[in-house]
Amino acid sequence: MVVDGVSKTFRLPREQVHTLKERALHPLRRTSYETLDALRDVSFAVPHGEFFGIVGRNGSGKSTLLKCMAGIYAVDVGAIYVNGRVSTFIELGVGFNPDLAARDNIALNAIMLGLSPRDARERFDRVIEFAELEDFVDLKLKNYSSGMQVRLAFSVMIQVDADILLIDEVLAVGDAAFQQKCFDVFHRMKDEGKTILFVTHDMGSVKRFCNRALLIEKGDVKLIGKPDEIASNYVELNFGRDAGRQEEGTERYGDQSAEIVDAWFEDEHGLRQTALPQGRPCSFRMRVVFHRDVKLPALAVLFENDRHHHVFVTSTDRMGTTGHFEAGESAVFSTTFENAFAPGRVYASPWVARSGQDLLDRRPRMTSVVVTGTQHTGGMVDLPHDVALSRADEPAAAEPSPA
Amino acid sequence: MSVAGAEVARFGRPIKGPSALGGDARRFFHLTWTLAVTEFKLRFFGSVLGYLWQLMRPLLFFGVLLLVFTQFVKLGNNVYQYPVVLLMSIVIYTFFAEATGGAVGSLVDREALVRKIHFPRMVIPLAVVLNAYFNLLLNLVAVFIFALARGVNPRVSWLELPLLLLLLGVFVTGIAMLVSALYVRFRDMRPIWEVVTQMLFYASPILYVIERIPKPSLQKAVMCNPLAAILDQVRHSVVDPHAPSAAAAIGGAGRLAIPLGLVVLVFVLGFWLFNRQAPRIAEQL
Repeated sequence: MVVDGVSKTFRLPREQVHTLKERALHPLRRTSYETLDALRDVSFAVPHGEFFGIVGRNGSGKSTLLKCMAGIYAVDVGAIYVNGRVSTFIELGVGFNPDLAARDNIALNAIMLGLSPRDARERFDRVIEFAELEDFVDLKLKNYSSGMQVRLAFSVMIQVDADILLIDEVLAVGDAAFQQKCFDVFHRMKDEGKTILFVTHDMGSVKRFCNRALLIEKGDVKLIGKPDEIASNYVELNFGRDAGRQEEGTERYGDQSAEIVDAWFEDEHGLRQTALPQGRPCSFRMRVVFHRDVKLPALAVLFENDRHHHVFVTSTDRMGTTGHFEAGESAVFSTTFENAFAPGRVYASPWVARSGQDLLDRRPRMTSVVVTGTQHTGGMVDLPHDVALSRADEPAAAEPSPA
Repeated sequence: MSVAGAEVARFGRPIKGPSALGGDARRFFHLTWTLAVTEFKLRFFGSVLGYLWQLMRPLLFFGVLLLVFTQFVKLGNNVYQYPVVLLMSIVIYTFFAEATGGAVGSLVDREALVRKIHFPRMVIPLAVVLNAYFNLLLNLVAVFIFALARGVNPRVSWLELPLLLLLLGVFVTGIAMLVSALYVRFRDMRPIWEVVTQMLFYASPILYVIERIPKPSLQKAVMCNPLAAILDQVRHSVVDPHAPSAAAAIGGAGRLAIPLGLVVLVFVLGFWLFNRQAPRIAEQL
């Protein structure tokens, strides 16, 4: 499949002129529309048998691109060429009707997706079997649970034979067991040498399935490359921008005779960042202004994740005495560490106290940083570590006996 | 070899945007058929009396009209087999109203399909017309039972009926394409079309027969309407051979070119407009 310099512009009327009367009364108003460049000069080629990912943020144009490839939208400029039969899955269960039984819906959906009625009938049993819905064949679709509907739709979809499949985020369906089945199917398709173009947000599945991927942002192709590369770029794109300015905690405790005036994260090069990659060195810093003389202040910071787990705490206690600060002086506290936080948002709650006793200033969740990474292990931190596995079925005699 | 040809050889066939027809003819047929059958099935699924309702509507309408126009307003007096003519006309008019009225919003109602899969757009209005044909056929069964029971004799000229209904189908399809494509951009197509359908009901020989129109010039004018011409010819060939044929009523076979020309004109215009709109329908919904 070759996409050659494709551009697509939507005209968005500012005021939808929908009736003849309005048109007759305001004949000149029709020129009032904004244009939206959904795709700008997009070009790429996908060789036969490749699993190709298309990733991008919401509204980046990835679905428009898929619809152009599917022939649902006409392109304005450029051309798309394809070698082989194309099937599109923009949505699961196209044409499903809630008032019909599963049997009729399977036929309906299969015909919509391009099967002939006879093929649809022949494959009926396989569909039902895959969906594990043998007991509900004659039940009306409206009485199905939404999970069952999705399973049914997915089962129909994989019965459609095509050389090239265009898939728009349909992976996250069903319960865990069914999901595994879906993954198996995708692997099988990959092995069968089908060409698959796959639009998604989920970097996990990009890395898992795709040979290559394309990152699209505001209608422009940002990058075409290896899944890992795309995944890390996507994550940066996603969190790089507005992430830091997130709800600064407004709560404040202490008498403020010393004030925390600023707090921020820095990357390994000493630059302020709102997103930090996992596994790289980074720093947290805060600036404190003393309004009164303070002897031996203690400065500390607590890092929390978005589930309010206290992940990590450090303070000036680690460095012994802090010294004497006079009114008007200011100081910068900093801590440097390897970023082992699990991907997600990490909040910093710094405080300053008079050695061991009175709280001078505490600002819960004063600032935050987004830790970027592509693996979600479920833990709060991802420590550098090794994993080993060795066989333990050696005869017991090999072990040194205590006697 | 042209440049385009060389590209096709290298990359495969180009993907075209959506069109009115285009693509595989078998798939076109399967889709149209499936949509029409599904629609037909759905109509009768939820209701207890099912098919009977489909029949009841024109029958009840017929009953009321028959009562009014034979007992109070004596429009039907001295018309041979007036009840049969009336029922037949109502059933055919119902087909016309159902197909065109259903087509108006069809593209918008089927948004889920139009925006999600690639298929020739013409399938949608055609499926509406096809579904209306199914209903028409069922209703005609009732009409013929009624006609035979009333003593209308079967004649060879009954064979004209399928041809006339096919011609009506061409007319209706033309309108269906026209109104469905227009409705995507102008939502007031619906009320406009409702009024037009209403007007056509009175402007066609349904309640009255064509020779009852007092002025011959007005008679001829009415017959220019393709629906009127078809209804009159159906009466002539199915019910009453002594009734004026369409050719006679319009004043010469040559003049039939007017209603026929209108059918062709509407069809061509509808096709042209639909074809022009087809690539952009998905975006404009």
